[in-house]
Amino acid sequence: MLEFLSYLISGISLGSVYAIIALGYTMVYGIAKMLNFAHGDVIMVGGYVSLLAMTSLGLPTWAAILLAMVVCTVLGVIIEGLAYKPLRSAPSLAVLITAIGVSYFLQNSALLIWGANPKVYSPIIEGTFKLFDGKLPISYISMLTVSVCIVIMIGLTIFTSKSKMGKAMRACSEDKAAAQLMGINVNKTISLTFAIGSALAAIAGVLLCSSYPTLMPTTGSMPGIKAFTAAVFGGIGSIPGAFLGGILLGIIESLAKAYISTQLANTVVFAVLIIVLLVRPAGLLGKYVPEKV
Amino acid sequence: MGQILKVDNINVYYGAIHAIKGVSLEVNEGEIVTLIGANGAGKSTTLKAISNLLHPKTGSIEFFGEKLAHIPPHKIVEKGLAHVPEGRRIFLQMTVQENLEMGAYTQGGKTFNEDIDGVFKQFPRLLERRKQIAGTLSGGEQQMLAMGRALMSRPKLLMLDEPSMGLAPILVEQIFDIIKELHKNGTTILLVEQNAQMALSVADRAYVMETGRITLSGTGAELAQSDSVRKAYLGG
Repeated sequence: MLEFLSYLISGISLGSVYAIIALGYTMVYGIAKMLNFAHGDVIMVGGYVSLLAMTSLGLPTWAAILLAMVVCTVLGVIIEGLAYKPLRSAPSLAVLITAIGVSYFLQNSALLIWGANPKVYSPIIEGTFKLFDGKLPISYISMLTVSVCIVIMIGLTIFTSKSKMGKAMRACSEDKAAAQLMGINVNKTISLTFAIGSALAAIAGVLLCSSYPTLMPTTGSMPGIKAFTAAVFGGIGSIPGAFLGGILLGIIESLAKAYISTQLANTVVFAVLIIVLLVRPAGLLGKYVPEKV
Repeated sequence: MGQILKVDNINVYYGAIHAIKGVSLEVNEGEIVTLIGANGAGKSTTLKAISNLLHPKTGSIEFFGEKLAHIPPHKIVEKGLAHVPEGRRIFLQMTVQENLEMGAYTQGGKTFNEDIDGVFKQFPRLLERRKQIAGTLSGGEQQMLAMGRALMSRPKLLMLDEPSMGLAPILVEQIFDIIKELHKNGTTILLVEQNAQMALSVADRAYVMETGRITLSGTGAELAQSDSVRKAYLGG
């Protein structure tokens, strides 16, 4: 029983990282109607920047995280402006291929700058909290990850439902031409969405590397794909959907690793995704909107 | 009566298709001007060109004497030109209240309460359905919301694209009553309609559009009497 609980907790913790990444994916998809496959690689950049800030620059942890967020935000806005904005009216396949290109560009740039050897990440907090006479250890980083994820989810929900800018985002995601006729600057709104998504990716990078402390240029790629899966699983475009999808995916992965097989864990994850999509094509919380002909 | 809008000899292309061929029209302060014509004549395209959602290849559009050519659509709203697009295009997943807030996006917020009260006075149905998701409104209510949303931007010129489309006759009458009332309260309106009879009955002046050109113009009453208009659009 305690063993199960401990797998469950590590699943929720991993799932929280997926959820934070998935929130970025889903917001960008919701507004720009594109899959930003480079999103996972922004996580990796966040990891490297925060690590270097702590080790080479000797900055305190909070400053390192802040720096990683600023760098990733700027990076996200630049990527959007240079690579995606010129393709606003291009077919979606062109944008998709560009996004994959940007992903490779970031990975290979990281390879060039930081080399192929994995770097050891120093977790931002260490230690464990012990329950049941030490039989159920919960690491502080897990607790932090879950709390940060919940705070971000609530924050984004309030932002999109209450603030003027957040409502403008929803308006853009529904109908860009109509949003323009309201006086909303659609390009600026899309940039802002990339900025928010990328800042979240930086946080996800720090949390991910603190739990799994090896960092390489491909570090962001698999979590990126998993988080994308989580976003689809929960219903792409939906903020609570991304949260739910992320957490569930983390739990499924962790339990599959523990009780089925480590090698088969990813297979189980994607099998569950396929089954869910067969039953609910729009994902768990997504709304199925038939295309108007 | 000062001139508000002057469209001078514009040409608009969709790729290789020459959709608008040398269209000129003007709207003066306090008028209702209507643009009538069959489906596909280029009426909506003309409005989109005025809002800069489409860019004319040649010709010029002036609003209060200022050329609109290089002003992006979201800036044009700030200048006092509101466009209620064809098909209403309200935000279906947002509430009635939120839709109206989006209409007031360019306003500082100081006049928000006054403006929303004005819209609710004009459209009491919207007040009843304030918290409702806009997608659940009936067609007539959605049209009212689209018009109310545009009024929230305090427009100097209101462009309405086919407000009667898809509505039952009784609702069409209601919408036109509202248009008359808005006009009485001093709003200048450029109205695009397929329902020529209704449109001509409220309009001060009218233009008839056929395959991308303006073929006739005159006062609403003149055109309603014109033989060719009667034959083509008013059923004899």
